[in-house]
Amino acid sequence: MTAAEAVEVVRERCGVEPTHEGGLVTLRVLPGQWQPVARVVKEDLGCQFFNWLTAIDWKDKGLEVLCRLENLDDALVVMLRSQLPPGEAHCPTLTGLYRGADWMERECYDLLGVTFDGHPDLRRILLGDDWEGHPLRKDYAVDMPFTPYR
Amino acid sequence: MEVKPPLPQIPAPVWSDVKDLQEWEKYHQERGQNDKTSEVLADIAEAIHHMPGGWIATTSTDKIFNWARKSSLWPVTFGLACCAIEMMATFASRFDVERFGMVPWASPRHSDLMIVSGTVTIKMAPMLKRIYDQMPDPKWVVSMGSCANSGGPFRHGYHVVKGVDRVVPVDIYVPGCPPTPDSLMYGLLKLQEKVAEFQKTGTRSALTPED
Repeated sequence: MTAAEAVEVVRERCGVEPTHEGGLVTLRVLPGQWQPVARVVKEDLGCQFFNWLTAIDWKDKGLEVLCRLENLDDALVVMLRSQLPPGEAHCPTLTGLYRGADWMERECYDLLGVTFDGHPDLRRILLGDDWEGHPLRKDYAVDMPFTPYR
Repeated sequence: MEVKPPLPQIPAPVWSDVKDLQEWEKYHQERGQNDKTSEVLADIAEAIHHMPGGWIATTSTDKIFNWARKSSLWPVTFGLACCAIEMMATFASRFDVERFGMVPWASPRHSDLMIVSGTVTIKMAPMLKRIYDQMPDPKWVVSMGSCANSGGPFRHGYHVVKGVDRVVPVDIYVPGCPPTPDSLMYGLLKLQEKVAEFQKTGTRSALTPED
């Protein structure tokens, strides 16, 4: 399946307007469409490989969650992006579709504070359990004292 | 520019070659001024007394204990980051700190020295403190590399301890990113000098910050 065909499939099944450039298809969806669109991408486009998931802090505009799903056989890459409303860092989980999303979502929760609704085990993965705040947020004070070592 | 004449090279004496005490004293009086071997020998000779039937050597307990401590500094085998690679090179045969009596030992219970080789993260710091607490007194810490000294390039990050001296007291700071094995060896030799002045009271020299 080529990227142009994938764009057609997604437009037909999900009602979102994808863009594509080379083999990279970008889908901008609402948080509510996150799971159904990912299911279409996995089952109809054959993107079995969950590459990574992260988020971007756009300050006043809120956080944007994005993940990269790949069909390795057809060299098709789907970038799924979802702009969360400001002040509300909640996103549906993809762990039901992709087992690989588990730790990625934990990392995203740990560093950026996105709460993935429906995640079976959402706790910190890299930082200590007693850490306060989410350090990759733009408003995180880097020089914040962390007793007893800072 | 003034050219100094070279110091006379006198071969080191062998104990069994010396017949009696006068000959021994005469021997080390003739030695060159800057010869460190002769200083050590002079110290020893002062403490050698002639007793009927033989010689007896005396010394202070502090001096001999410190000599023993500095001659068998065993570092704990643990590395934190890329500095550990240079530390391993220092322990290996090319640089070979074992000739100074330093055997990397895989247990903190038997070690005297902790070489903090690399970045100490906030998550790692309690473990580092625990290893330090498990070492028996007297113990020394060498902070190796910029990260352990001050946080290095990660100083303005969110997860790195800004210098390992916030966790454990440090005796010697070795700069470099990472320090070469030569630098670390120089630091270890400096530490040996420091250990040689270690008193029975356990006070360290002025480098330790007073908290």
